[in-house]
Amino acid sequence: MVLRLSGLSVTRRRRPVLHGVNLTVCGGEFVGVIGPNGAGKSSLMEAALGLIPFTGASTLAAMPADRRARHAAYLPQSREIAWPVSVEDLVALGRIPWPGGGRSDEDRAAIDAAIARMGLEAFRKRTALRLSGGEQNRALIARALAQDTPMLIADEPIAGLDPAQQLTCLRLFRDLASEGRTVLASIHDLGLAARFCTRLVLLSGGHVLADGPADAVLGDDLLRRAFGITARRVETPDGPAILPV
Amino acid sequence: MKGWPVTLSVLAGALLVASLLTGPAGLPPADALIALAFGGDGPMPIVMREIRLPRAILGLVIGAGLGLTGAALQGYLRNPLAEPGLIGISGMAALGAVIAIQTGLSLVAMSALPLAAMAGAAVGVALLVALAGPRGGSVTLILAGVAISALAGAGTALVLNLSPNPYAANEIVFWLMGSLADKSMLHVWLALPPMMLGAALILSARRALDALTLGEAAAQTLGISGTALRWHLIAGTALIVGPATAVAGAIGFVGLVIPHILRPLVGARPSALLPASALGGAALLLAADVAVRLIVPDRDLKLGVLTAIVGAPLFLHLIWKTRSGGRV
Repeated sequence: MVLRLSGLSVTRRRRPVLHGVNLTVCGGEFVGVIGPNGAGKSSLMEAALGLIPFTGASTLAAMPADRRARHAAYLPQSREIAWPVSVEDLVALGRIPWPGGGRSDEDRAAIDAAIARMGLEAFRKRTALRLSGGEQNRALIARALAQDTPMLIADEPIAGLDPAQQLTCLRLFRDLASEGRTVLASIHDLGLAARFCTRLVLLSGGHVLADGPADAVLGDDLLRRAFGITARRVETPDGPAILPV
Repeated sequence: MKGWPVTLSVLAGALLVASLLTGPAGLPPADALIALAFGGDGPMPIVMREIRLPRAILGLVIGAGLGLTGAALQGYLRNPLAEPGLIGISGMAALGAVIAIQTGLSLVAMSALPLAAMAGAAVGVALLVALAGPRGGSVTLILAGVAISALAGAGTALVLNLSPNPYAANEIVFWLMGSLADKSMLHVWLALPPMMLGAALILSARRALDALTLGEAAAQTLGISGTALRWHLIAGTALIVGPATAVAGAIGFVGLVIPHILRPLVGARPSALLPASALGGAALLLAADVAVRLIVPDRDLKLGVLTAIVGAPLFLHLIWKTRSGGRV
């Protein structure tokens, strides 16, 4: 499943936040969107999904809503759970786009698989709102997995997680991509993004500054232009560590 | 709790029978039910079929409607404080009805009264959705409700103020307190069809309300259309609250109390809370209507007064809980 954005521009409150972004993400790729606050990362994902008005084209936004819901799952930045539902019922919401109404064998299998994959078996019957922030985040990711879509779009999926949870989450996303899914996620931690993503897209001021492998995107000049920082890069056996100074 | 549909249905059914068997005529229960089912001579079938039956049916239907709209509005606004009576929707329906009465429209056609009340309720919900939407917090919701209630109250007061007939004004004030007394089958036939349609509209939105548990953006990516959902709710609420208010006046708090009590029973899922709140609302209003007849049989205690006396403290309690940051 390929996501193709061409000439994507977004204006919010009369202020342009994205300027003609071109981006293609293919199945098997885990693309990390990096960039400073206000660079347009969230707007890029919301426009790609057709959640906000935009000009240009997005293959996903062009689909009818019910078809789109079976193609792409979305994890918004605000991790909202409005009611004290059980983890199981929360995960089952991911089955809404599918015809079984959450009760077919296929639905049950998808829900069980998502719960198992996120290691939530012990929390199944627990009230999601009474779990810790990290556990709630896992339940919400499980909800997106239960949607069983070839594409996953996640807005800052590791924000607010402890280091172990961050690694678990990013490993999962990398695994999803290696299974052939298309994964697009915004990530603030440059080192982790470099280690886990197959490709990085650097956004700044609504423009794509760079798009490619981590080594090319995390160059000194680009980081200075995008973030206004100088970065110390240390190569480790596990990948690069990036220290802003 | 798995068995809630049966428990709540049995409870509502039992209270329906209790309502049929309660009244100043003091009829023997067995004879009364036989007269209701098979007719016969004398006053008993008339009392049962023309006085108690419409009262019991209206209690069931209006209670169910108020419970359902309360649960639906709470699900949509993702806020346990939403309720048609509290946030001015019943008030706007009453304003519509009062205008129809005072302009004489209700004398021209019987259906003008519920239609005007429906129009008022629709304006009320539309205003609320515009002001407080699903993104507004509790404070916005309550303030919007206060403003809409104030608007409805001011309009109603103006109409009463300009009323040439002081007795009519008096009657309207008592009608607004909410009551199921002295209703006929005609009232049932006026209110039932639009309320059934409204219930069908709201129930068809139950999956969308479930999806909203995750917030608006996530719900949209699950294939839910925000616009369609909004119109379903505005139309459904107006179709239920309008006729209910036109027939029985403003009865508050049923839509607040019932979803609050039943939410833990259905695992907090909005889709399950809708039918549960309809059954629970029917049971509560039937019980309250039996109670007003038993507590002070010789004085006409108004149903809306009783529900408010019971419901207002719970409302205070809910605000206290949300104020201290706890989730309801």
